[in-house]
Amino acid sequence: MADPAIDANVTPPRMEVSEEIAVQITDMNKWYGSFHVLRDINLTVHRGERIVICGPSGSGKSTLIRCINALEEHQKGRIEVDGTLLSSDLKNIDKIRSEVGMCFQHFNLFPHLTILENCTLAPIWVRKTPKKEAEQAAMHFLEKVKIPDQANKYPGQLSGGQQQRVAIARSLCMKPRIMLFDEPTSALDPEMIKEVLDTMIELAEEGMTMLCVTHEMGFAQAVANRVIFMDQGQIVEQNEPKEFFNNPKSDRTKLFLSQILGH
Amino acid sequence: MSAMTDPPRPSFRLSQLIYDTRYRSITIQVVALVLLCAAFWWLIDNTVENLAVLGKDFDFGFLGDRAGYDINQMLIPYDNSMSHGRAALVGILNTMLVAFLGCVTATVIGVFAGVLRLSKNWVVSRLMAVYVEGFRNVPLLLWIVLIFALMTEATPQPRDFREGGSASMILGDSVAITNRGVFLPMPTWGDGAAVLGLVVVLSLIGAYLYRRHARKVLYDSGRLLPMVWPALAIAIVPAVVVYFAFAMSTGSAQVRLMAADATEGQSVAAYGEAQGSLSVCVPEGTIGLNVQRLLRGQDLRYSESVFATEAMAIDAFRNGDCNMVAVPAGMEQPLLGNPDIAVSALSESTTRGAPVQFEKPVLGGFNFEGGVQVRNSLLALWLALALYTGAFIAEIVRAGILAVSKGQSEAAFALGMRPNRTMNLVILPQAMRVIVPPLISQFLNLTKNSSLAIAVGYMDVRATLGGISINQTGRELEGMLLLGMFYLALSLVISGAMNIYNNRSRLKER
Ligand SMILES: Nc1ncnc2c1ncn2[C@@H]1O[C@H](COP(=O)(O)OP(=O)(O)O)[C@@H](O)[C@H]1O
Ligand SMILES: [Mg+2]
Repeated sequence: MADPAIDANVTPPRMEVSEEIAVQITDMNKWYGSFHVLRDINLTVHRGERIVICGPSGSGKSTLIRCINALEEHQKGRIEVDGTLLSSDLKNIDKIRSEVGMCFQHFNLFPHLTILENCTLAPIWVRKTPKKEAEQAAMHFLEKVKIPDQANKYPGQLSGGQQQRVAIARSLCMKPRIMLFDEPTSALDPEMIKEVLDTMIELAEEGMTMLCVTHEMGFAQAVANRVIFMDQGQIVEQNEPKEFFNNPKSDRTKLFLSQILGH
Repeated sequence: MSAMTDPPRPSFRLSQLIYDTRYRSITIQVVALVLLCAAFWWLIDNTVENLAVLGKDFDFGFLGDRAGYDINQMLIPYDNSMSHGRAALVGILNTMLVAFLGCVTATVIGVFAGVLRLSKNWVVSRLMAVYVEGFRNVPLLLWIVLIFALMTEATPQPRDFREGGSASMILGDSVAITNRGVFLPMPTWGDGAAVLGLVVVLSLIGAYLYRRHARKVLYDSGRLLPMVWPALAIAIVPAVVVYFAFAMSTGSAQVRLMAADATEGQSVAAYGEAQGSLSVCVPEGTIGLNVQRLLRGQDLRYSESVFATEAMAIDAFRNGDCNMVAVPAGMEQPLLGNPDIAVSALSESTTRGAPVQFEKPVLGGFNFEGGVQVRNSLLALWLALALYTGAFIAEIVRAGILAVSKGQSEAAFALGMRPNRTMNLVILPQAMRVIVPPLISQFLNLTKNSSLAIAVGYMDVRATLGGISINQTGRELEGMLLLGMFYLALSLVISGAMNIYNNRSRLKER
């Protein structure tokens, strides 16, 4: 396996998937100008599900998950998050964004604020949490991602892996029910990938609903209960990890897997 | 024992002064310093010697001598009987005025143009690009002269404002734009102006304290108080209330015009005709102002004498200094009770006014009178400096905003923050760090470029101290030294102030 960061033979954690629907996407289409990025996307995510999205570069993975928290607008179809319909209504967008956390490939920490301030900014200004409480919560999550001692440093003083863990903690401070990850480890040096994936696995074990764009197939096998393969703006194939890796159905998936797994 | 761990003592050779990196930089600095001192000493020595040969000494005494020339635009009282020092001060204030106005306007223009140049609207962003490139790539001097010429050629003459003329005043007949400059209403301070000023200052402090309080409440209890409207209300409402309170309380007090040898209830115009010439004694402040307004409105030629108190105005009237006097109603008694002089009230009356009143410019014989005249030279210089520097600032602002990656606002949005708050808490604090350092040098440029005032005859410090004064006194060395020191000091103050801000907000890296 190309990816040594995660032991693929670890038993998948026993995580409950409830019947409750967290995200429902129906017949969603998106264009950039005349370029059709996403075609007829249908996807239902249940609460507690961990979904890994993979596919070649430019296939629309980022665009898909960015549509879920309205960082990108979709032009056709429905997206429902926790029963809230995503429309151009600001109230709905606010509600959805406060329930959906997101981590980016390049962390996007605020460089002018300390780690602690990064974590308390949104809770104070959006959730209206008193500062003391917000700081306590932030310290709690920083402990969880194992960097409480860096709380008063600035992002520029941390390593990439530490920054990504801060970014995860920052999202968690908003107490999201769903987490989106857009290639959280692909900007990291190999030795830092594991610390971030470990944090994400912990999160999964606590039952967080996760949609994760990643090419870390070890991670997919360890925690995902569904892997989705996208190509040219479409969902080509989705299956549980074992089936997906051992018995890919479409040729495109086979080609992709052979490229990414390196044989 | 310690001898064993001693490092080998380096032996020092003379060549190390040049080749050894430890000494090399010191050597170079010492040599440079010696050369510099020598050069300065030679310069000064030579100058002093040559001056001595010419019979001149090095003396700043000329600053106390009578200047003898006029300055057409001034912020403090000045006439040609005052000293060269005073003239220099007028020039310094004129330079600081145009520099300040220019910096503020250039910043506003620059921020707008910079943001708009990033606009998705093709027409808007193209327009801004044309503005930026146009002003950046043409010498500033040309812009100053061009704008000055446009202002002088394209605006009407004062006589066009006469009845039946082609031009008219704007903004409720209070502003006249002419080829001799723009005439604006002049604010005058009436009763209660000091209280009003105090209230304005206090309420600005109050608004600031409110914002701090609101932030503290948010941090302590999580209650987000509205920030903008209450702060605005605290800043504005008390001042408005005080203004109207004073306007009402004094506004009800009538001012009577009294005249000698008049029939009771005669109109001012009729009285003026009967007397041949009109002169009026008025007390200082709002009464005088309103009487002026009343009489000017009648298209009369009259002269007026202003006195510090009402009693003094009345005394002067009794002595026959004027044939009319204006006093608040209720104060006519000492006049009417005087048997020596027949006094009666004219039909016109006016009221005392508000704490701040604006004296409008009025067309006189050949030009506008009253109000404030802002000469075209100042306007053209100001506008050209602002537009020219604004183009550079626009580029700085654009670069600053572009320097904050799109990921920053996306991260803030993903955390549920709205665009406004994202701008204030995330984007601007980062963009400002990129913007401020080059902004400082633009401010410095503008300040020094203001000496191009020579092109349009604006009397800045270069024109007074560094121009006429040194021509008249022959003290070019002293004058130029002072001038240089003034620009140096001004630049240091500007960059010092901006650097304090800059240091407080520097980005911390590892
Ligand atoms: N803002 C944009 N404007 C135009 N095209 C875009 C934009 N963002 C992405 N695209 C295009 O959309 C396609 C999908 O992009 P993306 O979702 O980022 O792919 P992935 O994350 O799978 O690599 C790519 O072809 C990309 O070039
Ligand atoms: Mg992507």
